[in-house]
Order: sequence, then C-alpha cells, then structure tokens
Amino acid sequence: MDQRGDQGSPGDGPGPWVLLCYRVPREPSAPRIAIWRKLKRLGVAQLGDGLAGLPADARTREQLEWVAEEVTEAGGSAGVWLARPASLAQERELAAAMAAARAAEYAAVAAQASAASDAGEAARAAALRRLRAELRRITRRDYFPPAEREQAQAAIEALAGPPGARPGAAAAAGAGERS
Amino acid sequence: MRWVTRAGVHIDRAACAWLIRRFIDPQAQFAFVADPAEVPAAATAFDIRGAELSHHGSDCSFETILRRYDLSDPVLWRIAQAVHEADLDDQRFDAPEAAGLDVALRGLSMVCADDRVLELTGPLFDGLYEYYRRATLLGREPT
Repeated sequence: MDQRGDQGSPGDGPGPWVLLCYRVPREPSAPRIAIWRKLKRLGVAQLGDGLAGLPADARTREQLEWVAEEVTEAGGSAGVWLARPASLAQERELAAAMAAARAAEYAAVAAQASAASDAGEAARAAALRRLRAELRRITRRDYFPPAEREQAQAAIEALAGPPGARPGAAAAAGAGERS
Repeated sequence: MRWVTRAGVHIDRAACAWLIRRFIDPQAQFAFVADPAEVPAAATAFDIRGAELSHHGSDCSFETILRRYDLSDPVLWRIAQAVHEADLDDQRFDAPEAAGLDVALRGLSMVCADDRVLELTGPLFDGLYEYYRRATLLGREPT
C-alpha cells in the first residue's frame, strides 16, 4: 500500500507521484485561499501554476482527490493524475526542494523550543504542548525527512525533561544525564 | 439498502458505516470498490469523490451524512469532531483523541479486510457514543 517515491533507493528509478492539476476562479477569494491552505498543509511540491504533486500512496492520493472535489465545488476545474518523473535526477530535485521546505519548518520549531527552555515552568509546559502538536503536523507532511527533524525532536523533548536535564542546566552542571 | 464506499476503509468510512447502520438503515449492506465508476446504480455511495454523501467544503463525509439526514444529536456531532480531526487533521476542532483513533484505524486496516474493520469498529463507535453521551450529561469526563 505504501509506495512512496523513496529517494533512498537508487537504481529503482523514479517512484509514482500523484499530481493535482487545478484552476480556481480568482473571485470569490475565500474558497481559493482555503484550497491554497489545504495544499500547504499537505506539503505539496508546487510544480507549476495550478499543478501540485506528492509522492503517491493511498493517503496522499485520497487527500488530493478531496482537494480536487473542493476545487470543483468552488467553480473551478481539477484533475488527479498518477505520474512518474522521467528521470531520477528530476525526482531528487523535487525531493530536495520538499526536504528543504520541511527543514525550515523544523528549524523554526527547534528555535522556539530553545527560546522556551529558559521560560518558567508553566510557559515551558504550554510551549511543549504547542510545539509537539506542531512537530506532529510537520512530520505528517514530511516525505523526505531532513536531519533537522531529529534536531527539532530533541529540542522539544529537552523541554519535557526535569529542569536538571535541560541542555542549559546540564551544561552548567557539567553532567548531561540525558545525552 | 446497499451502500458502497471506497476499499481500504479508514476512520471516516468506518464511522459513516456505523452511523448508517445504527441511525439510518439497520439492514444496511456494505460493499467496497476501488474506483467510483464501479458503484452500481442501485447503491448509495458514500465517502467517494463525486458522491453526494462525501466531503463538502470543510466537512468530512460523516458530517455530510449528519447534515443530509438531519441528525442533530449533539453526541453524534461530538463524535463528528473526533472523526473530522482524525481524517483531516485541520485543527478545526479540539479533539485530542483523534490522533489515537487515526493510529488505531490505520493499524486495523493493515491486518483486517474491510468487512472485518467494520465488524470491529461497530462496538468501538457504540462505546464512543456512550462515553460522549455520559460526558454530555455530566458536563465532565465520565469515569
């Protein structure tokens, strides 16, 4: 069922992608913006004007079909295609761009986690809840995990540790019990 | 009556099937197809692209069915929030249980055929209904 275009298996050739080609009327703007938000949340690769793509699996295909339906309801036109990049290089380029987009999101989360580590107990707990949810959302649209993912996870989990185990405190005490 | 949905049942379709059998058509028979074109003319399709009982606007299919059949039971609408978040994860509702339901249903669909998933999730949604019913009456989490 899970047949994602896996960049880590050279020699297999490009994997299957699901593409959404769509055209949404400029006005009214509310449905157009809702559709744009939905595609952004899914982490699509914007291949061109009105053409978005994701590595194909049962879930991504279903999600793009629902977006297509929404486009049609908004008075636009949409089609869902299964396709394969013609070259491995093209797929890698696509995957690298998607990984870079996620990396920036993970980095932002990690930065917020570091900033919250000096806050008071209540503020830290609130930040932990919020950032864990944010991390989960980013992970769901992350098809080619960059190294920043683990860094973001570590930064957030550090917030969950007892005060003595937090990176700043541990470094000060000279003993990193969680490392 | 015959009801048809897409094969590879997940949270929204499992919840819809339970809703249909319990509140709309106790004799409901379910079939699963791979392509919308395979839906027989005599059957009612749900959670398939192009079907009336499907996603509309920001609603998932469960919410659409509640609206189309004028089911206003607040307990069903509370279940709808969990189904919506498990299916779409768009933060429209605060339903932290959605993440767990999503994982449980995904796992189930890996080891069971669609018929079996509906058999197993029937009692699960019965239980959720009872839980949210008590929670609604009590105004807090039931014990």
